[in-house]
Amino acid sequence: MMEIGLNHYLILSIILFTIGLIGVMRRKNLLLLFFATEILLNSVNIAFAAISHFYGDLTGQMFAFFVIAIAASEVAVGLGLLIVWHKRHGTIDLDTMSTMRG
Amino acid sequence: MELYLYLALFAPLAGSLFAALFGASPKIMIAGIIPSALLFASFVSSTILLVYILSGGAPVHVEMMTWMATGNLYIPFGFVVDQVSVTMMMVVTVVSTIVHIYSIGYMDHDKAFNRFFAWLSAFVFSMMVLVMSDNFAGLFIGWEGVGLCSWALIGFWYHKESATWAANEAFIMNRIADLGMLIGIFLVYWNTGTLQYEQAFAVMPALGTDILTLMGIFLFIGAMGKSAQFPLHTWLADAMEGPTPVSALIHAATMVTAGVYLVVRANPLFDLIPHVGLFIASLGAFVALFAASMALVNRDMKRIIAYSTLSQLGYMFVAAGLGAYWVALFHLMAHAFFKALLFLGAGNVMHAMHNELDPFKMGGLKKAMKWTFIMMTVASVALAGIYPLAGFFSKDLILEVAMIEHHYIIYSVLLFTAGLTAFYSFRLVALIFHGEERYKLFGVHPHEAYKFMLIAMAPLLILAVIAGSFKMTYFEMVTAVLPATEYHVHSAVAYWIMTIGTQLFVIAAIAFAYKKYVRSGITVPDGTSKMENRLCYKILSNQYYIPYIYEEYLVKPYRELSTIFWKQIDMKVVDATVDGIAGIIYGTGEKTRDMQSGNLSTMLKWMVAGTVGLLSLAVVFGLAVRYSVEIKAILSGLGV
Amino acid sequence: MFEAVAFYLFAFLTIAMFFIAVTTSQALYALTALAAGMIFISAFFFILGADFLGAVQIVVYSGAVMALYAFGMMFFDTTREVKEKNGNKYIIVGLSVISAVLVVAIFSAPLISENITALYPMVEGAGNTQEVGLVLFTKYLVPFEVAAVMLLVAMIAGIVLAGKDMDLSLTLLDDKEIEEIKNKKMKKVL
Repeated sequence: MMEIGLNHYLILSIILFTIGLIGVMRRKNLLLLFFATEILLNSVNIAFAAISHFYGDLTGQMFAFFVIAIAASEVAVGLGLLIVWHKRHGTIDLDTMSTMRG
Repeated sequence: MELYLYLALFAPLAGSLFAALFGASPKIMIAGIIPSALLFASFVSSTILLVYILSGGAPVHVEMMTWMATGNLYIPFGFVVDQVSVTMMMVVTVVSTIVHIYSIGYMDHDKAFNRFFAWLSAFVFSMMVLVMSDNFAGLFIGWEGVGLCSWALIGFWYHKESATWAANEAFIMNRIADLGMLIGIFLVYWNTGTLQYEQAFAVMPALGTDILTLMGIFLFIGAMGKSAQFPLHTWLADAMEGPTPVSALIHAATMVTAGVYLVVRANPLFDLIPHVGLFIASLGAFVALFAASMALVNRDMKRIIAYSTLSQLGYMFVAAGLGAYWVALFHLMAHAFFKALLFLGAGNVMHAMHNELDPFKMGGLKKAMKWTFIMMTVASVALAGIYPLAGFFSKDLILEVAMIEHHYIIYSVLLFTAGLTAFYSFRLVALIFHGEERYKLFGVHPHEAYKFMLIAMAPLLILAVIAGSFKMTYFEMVTAVLPATEYHVHSAVAYWIMTIGTQLFVIAAIAFAYKKYVRSGITVPDGTSKMENRLCYKILSNQYYIPYIYEEYLVKPYRELSTIFWKQIDMKVVDATVDGIAGIIYGTGEKTRDMQSGNLSTMLKWMVAGTVGLLSLAVVFGLAVRYSVEIKAILSGLGV
Repeated sequence: MFEAVAFYLFAFLTIAMFFIAVTTSQALYALTALAAGMIFISAFFFILGADFLGAVQIVVYSGAVMALYAFGMMFFDTTREVKEKNGNKYIIVGLSVISAVLVVAIFSAPLISENITALYPMVEGAGNTQEVGLVLFTKYLVPFEVAAVMLLVAMIAGIVLAGKDMDLSLTLLDDKEIEEIKNKKMKKVL
């Protein structure tokens, strides 16, 4: 218990990932859905960094960098689209966003 | 010669198809004339074949084409014209041609004129197939064909509930008997390996008696249905719902004689099992008496004649059962002529009396319908068996056969029945043609039938008179294929006593009938007279309550059973299963429709579910790879 | 020992923050909780000795990304509570837990085998930032440049999507038309 090993970080990462999944499945407001997506990405970053630390390999950190970069650009574009949608429809509720007659 | 065979066989079919073209159209004369002409051509061909056979020609045997050739089973469409079949062909074509021409007049005002001729000619075709076939399978095709056509013809006026009921009853009873016949045919094939008559009968002497008994019994069951022997007899009387020409053709001359034909044709088989033959003869004698007793009190003209047909069929079976096949065939031939004549005369009377059937409501018609009176009287005399008309030669011969073979019970039964036959026949004639003109009370104005119908009936009249003279020629011809037992009573004295005694008995019966029914003061019975309330009268007029028993104890339980099968099993189990399968598919579709709702949240949930599925697959396969050795050990332990 | 205390503390905080972010019905609370969670994750990076990564996490995530979200929130009506018609709770939680268990199972498997080798081993003695720079600009140069281009594209996309009058391109018009537009705007103001 005292000795923090790779397993602890991995389990932490998994818990955070699960919380992110719950958020993704649960949220009906698109903005809050994006928040849950951020959580997912962050949990994965923790896992990468932990593995990189415990195996003495920098690959993990590199990957985490690029994940952060991509997440930032994703947020920019996503928010832009969200704003355009809001201007056109006045709401960002997921349940109103389906026109398929399924 | 083969040409005449094919012509005789297929001309009726051509006529039927031609008339069927006009089946839905209103009456058109040519739809009646062409079938009759084609049937006349068939008659001419049969005559030519008869002349040929009489002059000593060899039987004409053709194999038209192969029907089934699989493995060891070989059944061709083959036809043979030998002495027996040419006799039947003559009978069938003569009566059919006359009935066709008669029907042109009888069905004159009927809307379904064309359909009638289509079915009538189809019936004749099936009958020709039946008598001309050279194997049991062809016989069965014709058997079924006549059954079908008789159903259509009995139920010809299908708007009448009673007619359709009678048609169904006839067909179903025939079908029940056909099951027996089929089993018989299967037994023949199974034990002899062939269905051809010649080859099967050649093998039969080598078979065991019990298997031959079974064969004979089952084939006879089929004959029982067709020829309306007890207990499958109720359909024949009810079949009078059909038009009278149908009764004349089918129930006098052709279909009901198919059973007798079968027994005659299978005579090598029945010769080997004389105990079955004795049973057939006894049943025939019983039916003869049984039917005659019911005709004594009946008040339906056509039914009386139908019961007399039934009675005479019993005579034929007595002859066939006792081994006198040529006698049976001879009686068949003679009976066809005078019975058809009786029916056609009855048709004339019906037409004149506007479809009235109760002879008590007629009377004194001999003034208005002279020729019909003459014809029916002559036919009844022939039926009673008075010398020198046809019936004497055939019926008395049967009585002789019974006496010679020492079956005295059968002899006395047949003798008594002969008296009854004479009585009821002349009861009918007396009530219709003699005495007061009771029909005037009902405002009917009878007139004689069309001239051409009477002319058509004339050949039957002539044949009914002279057919007895054919006996010798016929005997010489037909004994080429049938056992040639001559039946002579040993002492001439006994012979003359027998014959003259029979004649006197019959004439006494006729006189009694005349005395009772040709007098003034006969009224239409209305259920209150003393006679009608006597028990034996009630039993006889309700046909021994047999139709009632069948209805109560056979038909009703079967209907209940069918309803149970329908409602409980078919609808609840089978339909439910099929609908259930469809319902499952529908339900699955409805549920999975939500997968594509366009709602992002739902899709995200499905995505996670898919990921879970893939992860679990990864775990399972990873475990399998990791522990593959142990898994193989377990599986081999289980024996896979 | 400190490491353990720090780990558990920050782990508890992170989980709590993210949980709030996921379950609260107030959008502002969710934003705040998310920002806090980001900071605590950078603590993890520092514990793990990935200093550069931790700093980048604070600057980019908690700074830039959260600021972006905050600006975005201004467009939407955030005083109202977010009303959500939720689907079946059990499906959601069940699926997540199952996936968590499966991932644990998968992750724990190769650890037993213990045969993972390091591709790009860390150089001893250098600080983390220098090591990162070494690897980033040599081995990962191409992805770096591509990421840069992608960020540029994202920026332009963000501007185009969210800006006003974006279909009007001043560089393609000549001077006279620009004058006209300016006059029109002046008229409106006046």
